[in-house]
Amino acid sequence: MNALNPRIPSGPVRDAWTRTKEELPLISPLRKRELTILVVGTGLAGSSAAATLAEQGYRVKVITFHDSPRRAHSVAAQGGINAARPVAVDGDSISRLFRDTVRGGDFRAREAGCHRLAEISSAIIDQCVAQGVPFAREYGGTLATRNFGGSLVSRTFYARGQTGQQLLYGAYQALMRQVQLGRVELLPRRDLLELIRVDGVARGVICRNLLSGALETHTGHAVVLATGGYSNVYFLSTNALKSNASAIWRAHEQGALFANPCFTQIHPTCIPSGDPYQSKLTLMSESLRNDGRVWLPQRRQDSRDPETIPETERDYFLERQYPSYGNMVPRDVASRRARELCNEGQGVGPAGRSIYLDLRDAIRESGRDVIEKRYGNLLEMYERISGEDPYAKPLKIYPAPHYTMGGLWVDYHLMSSIPGLFVLGEANFSEHGANRLGASALMQGLADGYFIAPATVTAWLASHSGPLVTQDHSACREALAAAQTRIARLVATKGDTPVDQFHRQLGLTMIERCGISRDAAGLSQGLQEVRELEQDFHARVRIPGGAEGPNLELEKGLRLSDFFGLAQLMLRDALAREESCGAHFREEHQTPEGEAQRDDEHFAHIAAWEYQDGADPLRHSEPLQFTALQPSTRSYR
Amino acid sequence: MTPTLSLTLRIWRQEHQQTKGTFQTYTLKGLSPDLSLLEVLDQLNDQLIRSDERPIYFEHDCREGICGSCGFLVNGQAHGSQRATTVCQLYVREFQDGETVTLEPWRAAAFPLIQDLAVERSALDRIIAGGGYCSINTGQAPDGNAMLIGQEQALSAFETATCIGCGACVASCRNASASLFTAAKLAHLGQLPQGQPERRSRARSMQAAMEQEGFGSCSSNLECEAVCPKEISADWISWMNGEAR
Ligand SMILES: Cc1cc2nc3c(=O)[nH]c(=O)nc-3n(C[C@H](O)[C@H](O)[C@H](O)COP(=O)(O)OP(=O)(O)OC[C@H]3O[C@@H](n4cnc5c(N)ncnc54)[C@H](O)[C@@H]3O)c2cc1C
Ligand code: SF4
Ligand code: FES
Repeated sequence: MNALNPRIPSGPVRDAWTRTKEELPLISPLRKRELTILVVGTGLAGSSAAATLAEQGYRVKVITFHDSPRRAHSVAAQGGINAARPVAVDGDSISRLFRDTVRGGDFRAREAGCHRLAEISSAIIDQCVAQGVPFAREYGGTLATRNFGGSLVSRTFYARGQTGQQLLYGAYQALMRQVQLGRVELLPRRDLLELIRVDGVARGVICRNLLSGALETHTGHAVVLATGGYSNVYFLSTNALKSNASAIWRAHEQGALFANPCFTQIHPTCIPSGDPYQSKLTLMSESLRNDGRVWLPQRRQDSRDPETIPETERDYFLERQYPSYGNMVPRDVASRRARELCNEGQGVGPAGRSIYLDLRDAIRESGRDVIEKRYGNLLEMYERISGEDPYAKPLKIYPAPHYTMGGLWVDYHLMSSIPGLFVLGEANFSEHGANRLGASALMQGLADGYFIAPATVTAWLASHSGPLVTQDHSACREALAAAQTRIARLVATKGDTPVDQFHRQLGLTMIERCGISRDAAGLSQGLQEVRELEQDFHARVRIPGGAEGPNLELEKGLRLSDFFGLAQLMLRDALAREESCGAHFREEHQTPEGEAQRDDEHFAHIAAWEYQDGADPLRHSEPLQFTALQPSTRSYR
Repeated sequence: MTPTLSLTLRIWRQEHQQTKGTFQTYTLKGLSPDLSLLEVLDQLNDQLIRSDERPIYFEHDCREGICGSCGFLVNGQAHGSQRATTVCQLYVREFQDGETVTLEPWRAAAFPLIQDLAVERSALDRIIAGGGYCSINTGQAPDGNAMLIGQEQALSAFETATCIGCGACVASCRNASASLFTAAKLAHLGQLPQGQPERRSRARSMQAAMEQEGFGSCSSNLECEAVCPKEISADWISWMNGEAR
């Protein structure tokens, strides 16, 4: 195991990235042509990285689960992307975005990383505009912005409710341009099953071709993972159904440290769940909180039609409890308050598990067409799913697992603890701390892919560019055999129960034990339950068909077997972190007002877990230093 | 208790491109009106797996109408009869109790069958590779505000940019033409100042790519517009025809 060196530049965080870039070694264009980089994942992070590395002259092989890069889960992001551009009159600046990000993450993120993100943010918007991303514009033709949760300035750029789609298409088009130029080899419909390490260095991957079932070995001089987040460990989540933890989990088992696994963002504004066969939860962008007011009837179990409940009998609880931020409090705060009130019986909808998000006043003030223009597609989606008209009735919403702040530990160069393995986007743990503010994931994914990794991967390759490993290398053969064994084991089980049934059960356990709020007893209980479920899975799962050809159940089975390991790590991490911070709310640690109680003396660090074969994982920690900002209690009141 | 429905699904089953396919019929009872059609297929697959049969292969991912993965013919219509909808956004409540619903894959020469309800649509990616981008390298971008773009213009470009590459337009066209897909991308980039320098060459090369992939030509029967889940107007096809000249 390498010592945990985050390689944070010394000196003031301002300009730290500029100073770093100036010192990073470069590689001549001629040599770049001889170097192969494997990029796994084609979301915002992967596509932007692959396109940029190819522009620089590397040979890039892009591996993705989807049939087309355009379908990566980033396509679903609705609300927008933050950037510090002093465009409006509200006085935004890099230092303000930096401050909001560190504070939003409840002082569990690195200052240097957050500052770099704020510095780069503006260039991201320029890059995307140049690619033709049709951001919303003001009448005068300048870029439009809006507000987002956890912030008091308007710095969120958007393309109606489809910002992720438009940003992804921009990156995808840049990638396809490189495919056409012959600099990128695109390998879609491949599932990463193993990482290949040679002398401790990442040198390749084993993938399953999802159509033929064949196992393939791909080698490169560096490996970049941009495989997204893992909140599907909860089964019901806002993530696309194929989002998974497999790639990062395989890397973790090979020695990459896993940081802050328990930090999961529960998003406050999702359409609540209904039928037991429901397969996912749909997000309603929180930008709706700009115009929508959150409330519940004051009376418990009030089953009246919401429109008939008079103003005086409504509890606009966020506005009441948080006079300065009101409906715009960060996600963890909003989620917790919703859950509490529902637990107390004040909730509405099926099983009292919903709250109202009401657009009535905004429609009255600005008119229906303005609201329609702003949120049209979201509201249409809501109507289709719920069967109710959101222009006439308040929306019913409830918190749902959404984004994972945890992920593989990376240093300032985005390199994991396995040399040569870089991790970008939601797959890494960086920048968001214990809580992610809205519109900051897209920003981070694109900063990683367009600007940071291209510089740091080059720096690493400058001194690690030996000959390419060949497929008959023992390390490749061992990794291939390991993948074969895992598949064979699943196919041979021939039990009687489909994969989904185990996944649903895992999800229920995780949301109950490691969801919006946690306590020691529940977490220990959860560990026990997941262990048992995992054993049960391996004894009773049924995967019809064999290893050849397309086999969706095999794909799901492989993914779920990795989720079991990850779920246990999440529970352990939550148990070890004896404090409340951001999205991690330990019932034992709260202020008299019910707010999160941080323990900076003992927990101002990143937890980084080391995998141990056959034994409990080891917890390492990377202390966090705050020099530009003083840790303070987060208050949105 | 909300009332439940029963549906009979006639589903095209085909092991792979080389084998012969047939319709098979399955009846599901007690379905909640709040389930999506894909969740009904999940439920059916659950039963098939338990009885040791091969589950139905269909593509899906986001299940919220944005990734473009899902898509097959529902009662002969791409994504079903509902306006502006992908199949993942079709809900049981839209069907009649006891209705028989026929599901079959997209049919187009450029979309080879994978299995059951899934086809390979990578030909659409190759059309984009044929020129559907602005040639700008990372780090060379000018200030995004230096170029003023009127609100209406930005919105119109955005609306054509929302194409999700689902392929419904191709599947519903009697010539299996990809004109709506291609026109949408050309209109997105062609309406913005950033897209001007390559405007004509883009139109030519993307249309050439379209032909090369074996898509048919447009004969203006407008079925594409009728099924497009993103309601992209077929007027853009005539606009496209003016572009390459
Ligand atoms: C509904 C929704 C709305 C959101 N809205 C916003 C928003 O408004 N603003 C914001 O900032 N953020 C938002 N987010 C968060 C943001 O969208 C994501 O964090 C971000 O897009 C992740 O990008 P990524 O590139 O890291 O991963 P992804 O886009 O998830 O891409 C992962 C890629 O990896 C590939 N992959 C995964 N596993 C494997 C494997 N085993 N083998 C091969 N390939 C693999 C996939 O095919 C895919 O290409 C939202 C998220 C959701 C779910
Ligand atoms: S134009 Fe419409 S129907 Fe055709 S691929 Fe795009 S979204 Fe689908
Ligand atoms: S599953 Fe994504 S559009 Fe239907």
